[in-house]
Amino acid sequence: MKYTLALAGNPNCGKTTLFNILTGSRQHVGNWPGVTVDKKEGVWKKHTEYNILDLPGTYSLSPYSAEEKIARDYIVKERPDCVIDIVESPNLERNLYLTLQILETGVPTVIALNMSDELEERGESIDSSYLEKEFGVKVVKISARNNKGVQELYDAVVETIEKNITPKKIPLFEKLQKLDDEGVANARYEKISDVVKHAYKKNSKVQNEESQSSKIDKILTNRLLGLPIFALVMYLLFQLSLGENLFFLGIPGLGVFFAGWVDILWSAITNLVATGLVNAAPWAQGLVINGIFGGIGAILGFMPLVLVLYMFLSILEDSGYMARVTFVLDRVFRRFGLSGKSFIPLLMGFGCAVPAIMATRTLDEEKDRHITIIITAFMPCGGKLPIIAMFVSILFVADNAANITFLIYVMAMTVAILVALILNKVWYNGATSNFLMELPQYRLPAPISVLQHGLEKIKGFAKKAGTIILASTILVWFLTSFNINSFNGVNKESNVNSSVMSEMDESFMASVGKVFSPIFVPLGFHGWRPTVGIITGWIAKENVVTTFAQVYSDDITDQYLLEYFDGKNASKEELLDVGFEEGLYESEVAREIYEGLLQEGGDANALPTVRRDIPTKSAGFAYIMFNLLCMPCLAAVGAMKRELKTWRKTFGGVGVQMLTAYIIALLIRLIGLLFGF
Amino acid sequence: MTLCDLKPGQKGKVVSFGTEGVLRHRLLDMGITTGIEIQLVKVAPLGDPLEIRLRGYNLSLRKTEASVIEIK
Repeated sequence: MKYTLALAGNPNCGKTTLFNILTGSRQHVGNWPGVTVDKKEGVWKKHTEYNILDLPGTYSLSPYSAEEKIARDYIVKERPDCVIDIVESPNLERNLYLTLQILETGVPTVIALNMSDELEERGESIDSSYLEKEFGVKVVKISARNNKGVQELYDAVVETIEKNITPKKIPLFEKLQKLDDEGVANARYEKISDVVKHAYKKNSKVQNEESQSSKIDKILTNRLLGLPIFALVMYLLFQLSLGENLFFLGIPGLGVFFAGWVDILWSAITNLVATGLVNAAPWAQGLVINGIFGGIGAILGFMPLVLVLYMFLSILEDSGYMARVTFVLDRVFRRFGLSGKSFIPLLMGFGCAVPAIMATRTLDEEKDRHITIIITAFMPCGGKLPIIAMFVSILFVADNAANITFLIYVMAMTVAILVALILNKVWYNGATSNFLMELPQYRLPAPISVLQHGLEKIKGFAKKAGTIILASTILVWFLTSFNINSFNGVNKESNVNSSVMSEMDESFMASVGKVFSPIFVPLGFHGWRPTVGIITGWIAKENVVTTFAQVYSDDITDQYLLEYFDGKNASKEELLDVGFEEGLYESEVAREIYEGLLQEGGDANALPTVRRDIPTKSAGFAYIMFNLLCMPCLAAVGAMKRELKTWRKTFGGVGVQMLTAYIIALLIRLIGLLFGF
Repeated sequence: MTLCDLKPGQKGKVVSFGTEGVLRHRLLDMGITTGIEIQLVKVAPLGDPLEIRLRGYNLSLRKTEASVIEIK
């Protein structure tokens, strides 16, 4: 016989911690039908005949939000075998409001008084037998974070189901039928006050003393210190997870450190496999190495960043500081129609959009979450830096590169704010959301819970984003390596090594570029090459640079190398050694050299094809901005899909990004034409 | 006077609140009912939102929301 248990409770009551303890890794996250709220289900690890469903954390069952509607409908219509109502003991009064509403439904219920040990440490206690007598259901004391009371909880659940212990019908429930909304709330709270008076044994000493939590809060949200402390915390968070040079010590932050090792490991495995495939057909090598292994590598590379960042974020969340971040910054972000919590994803966006978009999970309002997801992708992430560096150095030779780069950064951020404002007006009619947010007590986060949080995140990311990234990497590999002659034998005859593959400039991708390039003519850049750059940038933004090196390889003549680069970053011999002028080289090596070279100062005027395709500075600037603002890399789109839940919304978001990129690039080009640059 | 007019540390009892719809229900659900005592704990560093204490817990709300709550 299988039974279904539903966990219900307020936000911050420790519901998720209990769910994780009970189910371990045996959980499944999906969606509630029709809405974008997580539906978490699992099997009780020790008692597998019990399925556990984690209802959304709510303060009430009145149907005024998607979460409340779900919780209410599930309890009333699906009628689980037993509801476990988790109560944050130190906050008994407000928590009992939901408890009463659950009991009113008449479904078998067990009340779990969580964090009861915290209460006892303060010399306070709750008389659980009084609650049992009053409500007619089992009441157990537990401490989810210390894994205490779980056996007692199990016993209570078994007894409740066996004996079908339903809540007592107290006179209040009947009285509520005749009251209006305000009367109902008043009547419930009257009853609660009465129960609390009898059941909650206060320690008068503690009550008068200033609590630990408010002492901490005096400093952390202090009028003068609040913002500087916040800035410091964010700096630490950013440096530790995404920093390339931790505290200027010359070592990377944790996330980047692990990402580096994953990269090294994966390259080694890839090389090993490549060695094994030496005798295979070139297309088979390409499919395995560039397609499949490249695709998996792209996903693996993000994992450490996502894991480390998520663990830090869940420390902030569990400790209660995240609510204070919102409290401190709400004023600023409300102006853009967002909330204070939008700051964290936007900041993360400067490092990597993937964990940044996943960090929007901490935003409560769906509207804020949607807008923040869309504009986070505008931030100049690490992958976009090479694009900026390369184009600024070849197109703005005589200008101050630092100023231009700064201008690009400012523009990206301004665009993000403008788009947020416009989306807020157009999509949401400028609706200001309510801002009623509990400021929970500060607590030390439980390490197990933090780790589980992080692992859960990367598991979800790998599953959902993984399939998209892998499929699209293979597709792009196919398009850049083959053309129609691959399949009619022409390539096989003409290629020296009798391979059926084609060069990039004759590939399907080049044809695709030719089809779409007319769209970009108004933006000032011509031909299929820049278009292919944009498309390969969707795999990873830094690909734009490698693609340029490849499709413009004819421009890199001996003379060009001699004139601009000999003796600067790499000697001409070194460059020719890696096959630079033929566009045949290991992309990693080439990118490093190429970026180095270009930053040292090349000149697009000496590159005839580049000059022809991107004739003016404004066209180049438009090209940079288009790449920065258009659809982010597919890994980020995967994260968008994961957070926005539906393809409709994901495509909507990408559409907004594309449109924004096009409009901004067009404006730059028009201004350029007007002022002649 | 409204909840907004309190100084940090001051307390007041809710007399009524003049709002309709979802916000009203939210306020009720969060335990802001007539007769309940509310303390203004502090104002955020940038002047908004407010932090209040009631029924043994802390809640933050914007001034626009606090201004509909009449207290004495």
